[in-house]
Amino acid sequence: METTILFAPLVGALICGFGWRILGEAAATWVSTGFLFLACLLSWIVFLGFDGQTQQIPIFRFIESGTLSTDWAIRLDRLTAIMLIVITTVSALVHLYSQGYMAHDSQFREGESYKPRFFAYLSFFTFAMLALVTSDNLVQMFFGWEGVGVASYLLIGFYFRKPSANAAAIKAFVVNRVGDFGFALGIFALFFLTDSISFDVVFESAPDLAQTQLSFLWTDWNAANLIAFLLFVGAMGKSAQLFLHTWLPDAMEGPTPVSALIHAATMVTAGVFLVCRMSPLMEFAPEAKTFIVIIGATTAFFAATVGLVQNDIKRVIAYSTCSQLGYMFVAAGVGVYSAAMFHLFTHAFFKAMLFLGAGSVIHAMHHEQDMRNYGALRKKVPYTFWAMMIGTLAITGVGIPLTHIGFAGFLSKDAIIESAFGAQSGAGLYAFWALVVAAMFTSFYSWRLIFMTFYGEARGDKHTHDHAHESPWTMLVPLGALALGAILAGMVWFGSFFGDHDQVNEFYGVPVHAEAGAHAEAADTHAAATDTHAATDTHAAATETHAAAADTHAAATDTHAAATDTHAAPAADHAAAAAGWTPGQGAVFAHPDNHVMDNAHHAPAWVKVSPFIAMLLGFSVAWLFYIRRPDLPGRLAANQEHLYQFLLNKWYFDEIYDFILVKPARWLGSFLWRRGDGNVIDGSINGLAMGVVPFFTRLAGRAQSGYIFTYAFFMVIGIVVLVSWMTLAGGSN
Amino acid sequence: MTNADFQILLPETILAAFALAALMFGVYTGKDKTAPLLTWATSALFVLLALMIGFNGEGTNAAFGGMFMDDGFSRFAKVVILVSAAAVLLMSESYMAARNLLRFEYPLLIALAAVGMMVMVSAGDLIVLYMGLELQSLALYVVASLRRDSVKSTEAGLKYFVLGALSSGLLLYGASLTYGFAGTTLFSGIIEAATADHTPLGLLFGLVFITAGLAFKVSAAPFHMWTPDVYEGSPTPVTAFFATAPKMAAMGLFARVVHDAFGNITADWGQIVAFLSVASMFLGAIAAIGQRNIKRLMAYSSIAHMGFALMGLASGTEFGVQAMLVYMAIYVTMNVGTFAFIMSMQRDGQVVTDISALNQYSKHEPLKALAVLVLMFSLAGVPPLVGFFGKFFVLKAAVEADMAWLAVAGVIASVIGAFYYLRIVFYMYFGTETEALDKTMAPAQWLFLMGSAAIMVLGVVNLFGIEGPAVAAAAALVH
Repeated sequence: METTILFAPLVGALICGFGWRILGEAAATWVSTGFLFLACLLSWIVFLGFDGQTQQIPIFRFIESGTLSTDWAIRLDRLTAIMLIVITTVSALVHLYSQGYMAHDSQFREGESYKPRFFAYLSFFTFAMLALVTSDNLVQMFFGWEGVGVASYLLIGFYFRKPSANAAAIKAFVVNRVGDFGFALGIFALFFLTDSISFDVVFESAPDLAQTQLSFLWTDWNAANLIAFLLFVGAMGKSAQLFLHTWLPDAMEGPTPVSALIHAATMVTAGVFLVCRMSPLMEFAPEAKTFIVIIGATTAFFAATVGLVQNDIKRVIAYSTCSQLGYMFVAAGVGVYSAAMFHLFTHAFFKAMLFLGAGSVIHAMHHEQDMRNYGALRKKVPYTFWAMMIGTLAITGVGIPLTHIGFAGFLSKDAIIESAFGAQSGAGLYAFWALVVAAMFTSFYSWRLIFMTFYGEARGDKHTHDHAHESPWTMLVPLGALALGAILAGMVWFGSFFGDHDQVNEFYGVPVHAEAGAHAEAADTHAAATDTHAATDTHAAATETHAAAADTHAAATDTHAAATDTHAAPAADHAAAAAGWTPGQGAVFAHPDNHVMDNAHHAPAWVKVSPFIAMLLGFSVAWLFYIRRPDLPGRLAANQEHLYQFLLNKWYFDEIYDFILVKPARWLGSFLWRRGDGNVIDGSINGLAMGVVPFFTRLAGRAQSGYIFTYAFFMVIGIVVLVSWMTLAGGSN
Repeated sequence: MTNADFQILLPETILAAFALAALMFGVYTGKDKTAPLLTWATSALFVLLALMIGFNGEGTNAAFGGMFMDDGFSRFAKVVILVSAAAVLLMSESYMAARNLLRFEYPLLIALAAVGMMVMVSAGDLIVLYMGLELQSLALYVVASLRRDSVKSTEAGLKYFVLGALSSGLLLYGASLTYGFAGTTLFSGIIEAATADHTPLGLLFGLVFITAGLAFKVSAAPFHMWTPDVYEGSPTPVTAFFATAPKMAAMGLFARVVHDAFGNITADWGQIVAFLSVASMFLGAIAAIGQRNIKRLMAYSSIAHMGFALMGLASGTEFGVQAMLVYMAIYVTMNVGTFAFIMSMQRDGQVVTDISALNQYSKHEPLKALAVLVLMFSLAGVPPLVGFFGKFFVLKAAVEADMAWLAVAGVIASVIGAFYYLRIVFYMYFGTETEALDKTMAPAQWLFLMGSAAIMVLGVVNLFGIEGPAVAAAAALVH
C-alpha cells in the first residue's frame, strides 16, 4: 500500500506527461488527478490505521559503492504518515482545483497544449515530495529534496513567456542551491563520521557525535552541532527562512495552484520535516537548536511585518507562509517537534485554502492580483468568501482561550507559542515575544486581506467587477474539503500532537517503558505529579521489565543529580540506554532532559491567552483601518514614510543581495567571460590556430619548392645538425 | 652456406624465385595480358607466406653466421609487410586496369620490393642491410614512375631516385665509418664496440649517418622532402604501397639497427630519434594544413605518423619497440582503408584528388562517408577508435622512459594535426554542395575500406590480439 502511494503519482505523471497525445488532454489530466485521489485515499487509510511502530519497506537496492550501500526503502513512522496525508490530500485537491483554474489560461495561445504538462509536473512534484518524506536514508531524501526543487523550478517558470516568471524560477533554484550545499555538506559529514547514511545508524550514533570534534573550515567544531547546523542550512533554503527567504515571494509568479501546493502546504515545509526527522541528532545539538529558534522567530516576525503592507494578494499570503514556517521552526528548535508537526499539519489545510481561495478571487477578477483593485466581492463570490473567511479565522487563531476548542490554527499556533515560553531560555523568551507580536501582525494583515477584498467599495476596473463570477465546482469542492480541515484538524488531533505526554508518545510510537523512565526523571526535577499515575499504569503493563527499569532509573537518577548543572550527556545517555531506549526509536526523539512540552502545558494563563489578545488587537486595528476609517492607512503611510518604504521593500533584502552578491557575481562572470574566456583563451587559441600555425604552414609550403637541390640541401642541413649535436652532446664526450 | 641457412631464408627464397619465374612467364606468354593473373598470384603468395611466417616461425634463428636473423621481431614486421602489400595489390588492380597501367612488371616489382623489405627487417649485418634496402628501393624507384607517359610520374620517380641515391650514400658512409671504428659489419660485433662507457666519436658519426639514411626511408623530417612530391606524382596504388609496407620495413630496419647494433648506447641515438620524432610530428601536422590534394595530404599525414612511431622507438625501451610495432600495424591498416577510398575518388572516370570534391559526400554515399569518417577520426587519434590506442601506447612509452616532454609535444602535434583530418569530415558532412563523385567502386576497394573502418571500431576490444605478438617481437629485439 505504501509503495502504491509513493509510485501512483509518478505513474500518473508519466502517463499524463508522455501519453496525452494518445489519450487526449482531458483524459490525461484526469488520469493524473485520479491517481492522486487514489494515493490520498490510501494515505488516509495508512494514517488512521497506523499503530505508531516504525516500519521499513525495502523496495530495491539504490546505491552500492564501497562502504556506501543503501536501499531505496520506505520508512513508515508517524512523521511519514502525517506527511503522507498532508501531501496527498492537498495535492489531490490541487489537482482537482487546477482542472478549473487552468482551463483557459491567457498566458498560452489558442490551441496550445499546456494542461497535460502542468498536471505531469504537479504529479511529478508529488512523487518527489513523497520520496522525500518516505525516505529511509539521507541520500534518498536528498533525491526527493532535489526532485521537489526541480518540480518547483518547472512550475514557477510554467508561464515561460513571462520573463519575470523565468527570473523567479531561476532565483528559487539558485537560492535553494545555497541551502542544498549546506544539506549536502551535512550528509557528507554524517557519512564521514558514521560511515552510513541510514537513519537508523545515524540516530544511534547521535550521542557519540555529541562527543566528537570535527575539523571544518580550519576550526574544530562539535560534530553534532555542526551537522545539525548544516542540515538546518538546507532546511532554511527549502523553507525560506530568513536570509534564504527571498525566493518564496517571487515564486508567486507560478500559477496559483502551484503556490498552494508547493509554496504553502508541502515543499516549503520539507525543512521543518527535516529538522523533526533529525530530532535524535538535534537533541544532542543544543547550540544548533538555539540558532534554529532565533532564525525561526526572527523570520516569523520579519515576514509578518512585510506582510502588513503588501498589496498583491498572493504576496501577502506568501509572506504569511514564510512567517508561519518561522513558527514551526521555533517549535522544532525548542524541542517540541510534535508541535512543529502539528502546525505543519494544520497550516497545510488553511494555507492551501487561502491560496486556493485567492486563486478563486483572481480567477473571478480576470487575473487581477492587486488588492487595491478589489473590494465588495462578498456578494459576487460568496462561496469563495466563506472559504477565505474560514481560512482567515484559522490562521489568525480564533478559538476559545484556555480550552481546546477553536479553529485549527488556534490550537497549533498557541501550542508553539506556549512551547517557546516553556523552553525557559533566553532564546525561547525572545521567540515567545517575537511570535506574539507576529501573531498580532498576522491577524492584522489577514483581516486586511479580507476587508480589502470582500468589503468596502468596489475599486479598480468597473468592467472587471461587473463580470466577476463564482468559480466552477472543480474549484469550489477543494475549498470545501480544505475548509473542513481548517476547522476540525486542530480539535480532532490536538491530543495526539500536543496532549499529555503519554498520548503524544503513543502517537509517535515512542517506546512505553522508556518513556516511563524518562518521565520518572521528569518527575524528580519538577514535581508535576499529575501525570505520574499514568506512568505507573504503563509500568504495570510492562511488568517483566518493570523491576529492571526501576532499578536502573534509580541509579540513573543518582548520577543525574550528581551532574545536573554540567548537563552530562554521557550520564543521560546512560540513563536512556539503561531504560532500553536509544535515539531513533519512535518517530521523534526527546532528550531525557527535554521537558519543554510539560513546561508548556504548565505555562501561566497570561501566556496562554496572550496570542488570543494579540489576535484581537490585530483584528481591531484592521477593522479600524479598512472598514471604519479607510483614510487612516494612507495617512499613516505618509506619516511614517521611511518605515512604510522599509516594509514595502521587504527590508531591502533583495537590494542588499543584489548589491553584495548578484552584482559582483555578474561582474566576475562577465569579466571571466569577456576577458578570461574571450580574450585570453579564445584569443590565444585563435591566435595560435589562425596566426602561428598558418604561418608555419606557409613556411613549410615555401620550403617544398619542388627542386631536388632544395630537398638535398635540407637533408644536408639535417645531417649537419645531427652531427654537430652528436659532437657536442653525444657519447663519451 | 648450409641447408639450415636456406631453411631459415626459405620465405625470401621462395618469393625471389617466384618473381624471377613469373617474369619469365610474363615475357614469354601474354605479357601485359597476364598481369591480372600475376597480380592475384602474387597477392596469394604474399598471404601464403605471411601465414607460413606467422604460424610456422619459432624462436630466434640466425643464418649465415648472424648476417640474417629470423626472430619474433622480423616475423611480426614481415607479416605486416606481406599482408599490406597483398592488400594494396588487390585493390589496385581495377584502378591500374582502368588507366591502362596494369603491366605485368608491376606485381613482380612489388614482389621484389617485398623480398628486399623482408631482408631489411631480418638484417643482422650492415651489408645485408644495404642489400635489402637497395633491392627494395630500386624496385620502388621503378614503380614510382610506372606511368611512363606522365611528366609527374616520371618526375616523382626521378626525384625519388636521386634523393634516394643521396640517402644511400649517407647510409653507406655511415656504414663504412662504423666498420672502420668497430672492425666488423656484423651487428653483434658492433654492439660490443659501442658500449656506454666508451664509444668512439667515429662510431657515433657512423650512427648519425646511418640514422639519416634510414630517416629518409621512413620519411622523417628533415629527410622527408621527397615524400609529398613522390606521393602526389606516383599512381595512387603506388602511393598506397609507399605509405604502407615500405614504411613498416624501414621502421623495422630502423629498430633493428638501433637496438641490435647500438643497443648499448640508447641515450645517444635516443636523442636523435626524439629529434626526428618531434620534427616529423610537427612538420606533418602543420604542413598538411595547407594541402588541398588528398595524396599530398596523406604524405604529410604519414610523415606525422612516422613521428609518432619514432616516439616509441625514441624511448629506447622494450615497451617502446612494442608500442612502435603496434602503432605501425594500426597505421598500415588505416592507410590501406584510406587509400582504398582515395583510389575510388573519381568523377566521370577521371581521377580526383582535391579534397573539396568530397563536399556533401555523405549525402550521396552515407555508408562510405561514415567509413571514411571513422578512418579520419582514427588517423587523428580520436578515442575510442583504434588509432587512439596506437597513439596512447607510444605516448605511454615516452612517459615511462622519462620523456614526458616528448609525449606532451606529441599531444600538441596531434591536436594541430586533427584539424586536417576533421576538415575532410567537415567537407563530407557540412560542405557546400558540389558535383558528386562517381558512385562506382571496385569490390576489393569497397571491401578494404569497410574492413579497415570496421577494424578501427571493433579493434577497441582487444586490438585483434596484436599486442601479444608485439610483446614477443619487442622481447626478441631488445635484450
